[in-house]
Amino acid sequence: MKQEELSEDELLAQVTSAEYKYGFTTDIEADTIAKGLSEEVVRIISKKKNEPKWMLDYRLKAFKEWLEMDEPDWANVDYPKPNYQDIIYYSAPKQKKTLDSLDDLDPELKKTFDKLGISLNEQKRLSGVAVDIVMDSVSVATSFKSKLAELGIIFCSISEAIQEHPELVKKYLGTVVPARDNFFSALNAAVFSDGSFCYIPKGSRCPMELSTYFRINEAGTGQFERTLLIADEGSYVSYLEGCTAPQRDENQLHAAVVELIAMDNAEIKYSTVQNWYPGNKDGLGGVFNFVTKRGICYKNSKISWTQVETGSAVTWKYPSCILKGDNSIGEFFSVAVTNNFQQADTGTKMIHLGKNSKSTIIAKGICAGKSNGSYRGLVQIAKGAKNSRNFSQCDSLLMGDKCGSHTFPYIEVKNNSSQVEHEATTSKIGEDQIFYCNQRGIGTEEAIALIVNGYCKDVLNQLPMEFAVEAQKLLEISLEGSVG
Amino acid sequence: MLDKKNNMLKIDNLKAGIEGLEILKGINLSVKKGEVHAIMGPNGSGKSTLSSVIAGNDNYEVNSGSITFEDEDLLDLDPDQRAHRGVFLSFQYPVEIPGISVSNFIKAAITEKRKVLGLEPITAKDLLGKMKEKMDLLDMQKGYLSRNMNEGFSGGEKKRNEIFQMAMLEPKLAILDETDSGLDIDALRVVANGVNKLKNSENATIVITHYQRLLDYIIPDYVHVLHNGRIVKSGGKELAHELEKKGYDWITKEADKKWG
Repeated sequence: MKQEELSEDELLAQVTSAEYKYGFTTDIEADTIAKGLSEEVVRIISKKKNEPKWMLDYRLKAFKEWLEMDEPDWANVDYPKPNYQDIIYYSAPKQKKTLDSLDDLDPELKKTFDKLGISLNEQKRLSGVAVDIVMDSVSVATSFKSKLAELGIIFCSISEAIQEHPELVKKYLGTVVPARDNFFSALNAAVFSDGSFCYIPKGSRCPMELSTYFRINEAGTGQFERTLLIADEGSYVSYLEGCTAPQRDENQLHAAVVELIAMDNAEIKYSTVQNWYPGNKDGLGGVFNFVTKRGICYKNSKISWTQVETGSAVTWKYPSCILKGDNSIGEFFSVAVTNNFQQADTGTKMIHLGKNSKSTIIAKGICAGKSNGSYRGLVQIAKGAKNSRNFSQCDSLLMGDKCGSHTFPYIEVKNNSSQVEHEATTSKIGEDQIFYCNQRGIGTEEAIALIVNGYCKDVLNQLPMEFAVEAQKLLEISLEGSVG
Repeated sequence: MLDKKNNMLKIDNLKAGIEGLEILKGINLSVKKGEVHAIMGPNGSGKSTLSSVIAGNDNYEVNSGSITFEDEDLLDLDPDQRAHRGVFLSFQYPVEIPGISVSNFIKAAITEKRKVLGLEPITAKDLLGKMKEKMDLLDMQKGYLSRNMNEGFSGGEKKRNEIFQMAMLEPKLAILDETDSGLDIDALRVVANGVNKLKNSENATIVITHYQRLLDYIIPDYVHVLHNGRIVKSGGKELAHELEKKGYDWITKEADKKWG
């Protein structure tokens, strides 16, 4: 394949010369419903997906709850509130039939994947990553399904899971993030059109990285995907998600919900490289990324969130862990980059309920241009969570003097045997650092990339190999032209 | 003609300063291949300004004059381009770069330079071999390579790291800005020894120092005294000894009479 012939350097050059290279649209016939949100729309979505009654009921209940909720305004972001009646809630690339193999894919769709650099066959062969792709609202392709099935691992779109594994979906959907949790989770519960579902059976170790790729394509659509991941007792899975969107002058809404369940002795590693369209240099357009991600840890289990956030005009996102079981572990590693007019309010919540539970938070913010980045984190240690520990480190790196960085740590400790540590630093990329690199023959752009990578190393090290390379490239592009 | 060809660095009537304040008031200096020049002078005489201007630090403004390096106008080039041509500055105060290991930093520097020169990237094996060789030369522990650039380094370790980079980058012209400050006598000997071993007939060194001490180990061909932005006296290595004995006063007073 074409991808293969490019050396790493050429790839790098290709990527760094682009501003936002994923800003294309694909000309695919889409099955789209009319704008606006009503009970009727919720029913249409459910019907289009041929859902059972319990699912429709779930949606309708969520919709009623949503109607009574207000959009939150406590985050340190400022944006025009979307008009929820001006959004298309369902859009699916038209396909003639369900596909058995990726070879049957619409050629236009295939081209899209090639442009995104996801050559599915290559991925299959080289890295052994199983991919589920969600375009606009529906999952269009899942690779590797049969191989995983042999191991009892279920990896499919959530619509398919609702049809094929209703008992699992019914049992777990909304248990970690209830519909009424917040405005956006209620909205998602009412209108989510697809997403990924994954179940790892007892005692098994998923032999490959599972990956979902999200893409908004149609104009005026919102993307509301839903991910549900269950790691049964003693199992292990590493899951990756990536996302891109076309360059459009209007803001697009993305309100996803991700629920993770780690049963006793299970481990889930969840990595995100978020690269939604950030808007142009003047702050026009870009995706509103309002996402609720939460996991629950039972006894001796572990959930590790790693995120590299470079995209979106506005980000509102707090991947969290409920450490319910004794000896459970929650981790949050984050790099959040904002440039130009981007705004991000992101962080985590670590809720310690079990004894000896541990959590680690490493959050690195990088702000450039006229952007605004905030870390917001809650560490809550319940009375019964004896001997639990938390370590938090929040650093911010500023570039130029027009950006802002803020830290909002919340700490609540209700017993006296627990230990909480919080460290924070703020620094600037110094002209002296850049000159030093220059003097050694390293150009300014490369110097910034080097300094930023060094600063983010603790987080990037948590990413699976292929993702780490992509994340590094993304950081470089996001910060291009931000100094000098 | 032959003479001109040998000229590596030529500085002509260079006037430069910072924020409107003129610090260098007409520097003239020629450095040929294979030579070692020492620039001495009291505090505030402009020694570090001179090294910064040669390296291209844009905090300093050049008001007039020229710097020619191997027949090319150095002032037209960016600092990284100057580095690619073979200009190296050992910093008086090396900068910390957290999270980047010494080996990765040097790899990045070598990779960039080779890219610009149109050479193949260096292989990991060659790079490591070369690092090992140069570390032995400077009596450095292996653990150095995985430590982050200058982070938590002692003053002496930072200076040694500068000379290590110089050894790896093999510049044509090395400017050592107060490399002796912060070094104890043993470290000084090791570093000086390293510099001497890297010297050959094709490269040149400018040693900027306060004290004669370093010049006991790195023997200069020429010694220049910088005072108030001008080179007020030049001579052979014996000038350094004279300065050590008599101080700077006798030269600076004379110069002040001349320029006021």
